[in-house]
Amino acid sequence: MAELGVPVEVFSIVPVKRSHSVCAQGGINAAKDLKGEGDSTWKHFDDTVFGGDFLANQPPVRDMTEAAPGIVDMLDRMGVMFNRTSEGLLDFRRFGGTLYSRTAFAGATTGQQLLYALDEQVRRFEAEGRVRKFEHWEMLSGVVDSNRACRGICAMDLRSMEVRTFPADAVIIATGGIGAIFGRSTNSVACTGSAQSALYQQGAYYANPEFVQVHPTAIPGEDKLRLMSESARGEGGRMWVPRDGKNWYFLEEWYPKYGNLVPRDIATRAIHKVVYELGLGVDGQPAVYLDLTHIDAKTLDRKLGGILETYEKFVGVDPRKEPMKVFPGMHYTMGGLWVDYKHRTNIAGLLAAGECEYQYHGANRLGANALLSCIYAGRVSGTAAVEHVQGLANGSDSVPSTVFEREARQQQELNDNLLKGQGTENPFAIWKEMGAGMTEHVTVIRNNDKLKKWDEKLVELLERSKRINLSDHSRWANQTLVFARELGNMLQLARAITLGALARNESRGAHYKPDFPERDDQNWLQTTKAYFAPDADEPRFVYEPVDTSLMPLRERKY
Amino acid sequence: MSADRTVEIKIKRQMTPDGPSRWETFRVTVRPAMNIVGVLMQIAENPVTVDGKATAPVSYDANCLEEVCGSCAMRINGRVRMACSSLVDHLQAPIRLEPMSRFPVVRDLQVDRSRLFEDLKRVKAWIPIDGTYDLGPGPRMAPREQEAAYPFSRCISCGSCLEVCPQYNDGTHFVGAAVVGQVRLFNSYPTGKMNAYERLEALMGPGGIHECGYAQNCVEICPKEIPLTQAIAEVGGQVMRHALFEFLKK
Ligand SMILES: Cc1cc2nc3c(=O)[nH]c(=O)nc-3n(C[C@H](O)[C@H](O)[C@H](O)COP(=O)(O)OP(=O)(O)OC[C@H]3O[C@@H](n4cnc5c(N)ncnc54)[C@H](O)[C@@H]3O)c2cc1C
Ligand code: SF4
Ligand code: FES
Repeated sequence: MAELGVPVEVFSIVPVKRSHSVCAQGGINAAKDLKGEGDSTWKHFDDTVFGGDFLANQPPVRDMTEAAPGIVDMLDRMGVMFNRTSEGLLDFRRFGGTLYSRTAFAGATTGQQLLYALDEQVRRFEAEGRVRKFEHWEMLSGVVDSNRACRGICAMDLRSMEVRTFPADAVIIATGGIGAIFGRSTNSVACTGSAQSALYQQGAYYANPEFVQVHPTAIPGEDKLRLMSESARGEGGRMWVPRDGKNWYFLEEWYPKYGNLVPRDIATRAIHKVVYELGLGVDGQPAVYLDLTHIDAKTLDRKLGGILETYEKFVGVDPRKEPMKVFPGMHYTMGGLWVDYKHRTNIAGLLAAGECEYQYHGANRLGANALLSCIYAGRVSGTAAVEHVQGLANGSDSVPSTVFEREARQQQELNDNLLKGQGTENPFAIWKEMGAGMTEHVTVIRNNDKLKKWDEKLVELLERSKRINLSDHSRWANQTLVFARELGNMLQLARAITLGALARNESRGAHYKPDFPERDDQNWLQTTKAYFAPDADEPRFVYEPVDTSLMPLRERKY
Repeated sequence: MSADRTVEIKIKRQMTPDGPSRWETFRVTVRPAMNIVGVLMQIAENPVTVDGKATAPVSYDANCLEEVCGSCAMRINGRVRMACSSLVDHLQAPIRLEPMSRFPVVRDLQVDRSRLFEDLKRVKAWIPIDGTYDLGPGPRMAPREQEAAYPFSRCISCGSCLEVCPQYNDGTHFVGAAVVGQVRLFNSYPTGKMNAYERLEALMGPGGIHECGYAQNCVEICPKEIPLTQAIAEVGGQVMRHALFEFLKK
């Protein structure tokens, strides 16, 4: 947009350079076929749609996979330190869900490098006065006028706590994932989904909330779940739990053919069963062993050095000598704000791009496709936003100031009420309960009775969240207040996820119901669109057919 | 499992940027593999000091919790460390937490490191591409050069190297090792080389590379083990050659 000469204001909770995308390690997909394997963008398209269990609209997925090689080239020109071949070309590696070497990578820190490259370009525009950054500002809501058009945002300075509106002719939301709704996840702290939720409560559709990706092997931590790469099992790692005083290699017993290398969703479900149904978690905790100790330390260092160091650094235990403790961890949301093919939400002037929207991954995302979709969506939404601005008959300056004042006042009141609150509830405690329940009932295995009960509990938590007593009443850099606000939004979105899962009586991709174990294309080849019913204070659902015009359906079997 | 083990935590509190500071002591239950962020989260759930006094949760910055976003640098037992990768079990109790001292305090353990990002602008730490439209592949680069440059691309802008630098202060305006490392990075990229002179000139003025006193604290403290002294030597050489070249041109 800045390139097209449109003035841009960027808002971010954390300095942009510290955003969650830095956590992505693996890489970014683009079918450049530099390994002579006969890969093509069509095959990339096929893998993505198939991997997503046919729930993604196909035309935008095709367009994204076609744009991918150009996107990787652009990142390369921005100076990303991608790994190279001996000829100095980009190197590619293989990732899950494909047979081709399609993933460009920069060591084990690809997401960090990509984010930095983009951040540097923005910094350049900033130095040229074409972009203005508001870091340490949190968007609280959209400013929506009487014609249901978005005319700007309301945001809060996280230091002075000042609440202010910012008029805009178009707003693009790129607020990332929702991990915090599940308590601990592989996501960063700022990934609360609070912005998405606020907009959903203001009338934006939220699509496919029930599709949540869980990674089988994360390192459980008090503060977060850190990813443990699949390569540990690839190199011979075995998973077990103690049972009757012996090591029980449950994956090897249940799946003799694939053993420890069963696909992600199967491994995840098996671990869940061992811990929650059989109650065999290590030390009574939700954890199982991933054991490498039978492999000699030298081999391990050569093949898995980096990831073993991470484990050692954060757990303080040497995985060469003691088995690692791992557990599936909430990792990614396929669902997000509903957008059309140009990334416009159903609110005019409001667009969304990145993990916060739902467009490309259907019922399950393939590794190294997220970064690609974020950048591609950023491009499409940027162009569409400029188009929208140019087509506007009346800009945001024509909107009566009362529209802005009302929104700012409402948000300020929310703060004031929280600061005055004399209840007994602690927001961190409510958050913990929400996270634990979401993880137990709404991740790997879904059961209608439990989902129903859990939603009742969420309603109760929402009630309790209205009786919060902040332990911090100050009006400067009050992180507790910020968190309490986010908590309310998280709870609302948690209900959309839970009830979305309850409604979908089938199993597809990451959504699995033992009572409905099959994919049901007859009834459920549909995008879920959740909308918020303000009077009832709850989510409602409508469904939209999926565009499968390019590739016929087939059974998802690897 | 053994009975709950606790540890004493002393935290330097400061409610506002120019308000007074004071120490508060807390006692937290140690959990397996607990890090300092875990400690601060536990305090937030029940912010009561050892004397039973209710207080406000401690403000601090953290995001990724895996030492890759650079948010959580603070002084832990007198030494700057990343809170998310500092394990309680590896620290001497009582554990003392203080904000970094070279940056203005926002509140408690939160500091304002915006100067670091401003300095990145000063040295034009980016590749000035023609545009984001499809212009075909980027330049080729030898794997050896990529491997040598890669460590510098991992700088998380945590500011630890600046915290320990005797020259990083308002007197010198020295940009510090992290920024020099970024100049090293961009000057080695095939197309970044084309604008190397701009970055070098920025390092010739006030606060430039000549302010470095070669104390070498930076390279020891860097959590990402970035070869900072090597960058300072290399970029220092580039600056000298550039200065000489400009001088001879006159
Ligand atoms: C451990 C891990 C490894 C991964 N590895 C890979 C991989 O190898 N390949 C791959 O393709 N994908 C990977 N993913 C997924 C991928 O990293 C994410 O989907 C992607 O980074 C999301 O980017 P984003 O730009 O949408 O959001 P983010 O990077 O999270 O950025 C969101 C931004 O929005 C801001 N923000 C949020 N809320 C507000 C608000 N209310 N007001 C103002 N600003 C706000 C934040 O400050 C931040 O700047 C991985 C994910 C995880 C967790
Ligand atoms: S060079 Fe190292 S210590 Fe300095 S800011 Fe970068 S990562 Fe931190
Ligand atoms: S929280 Fe990101 S580096 Fe510690």
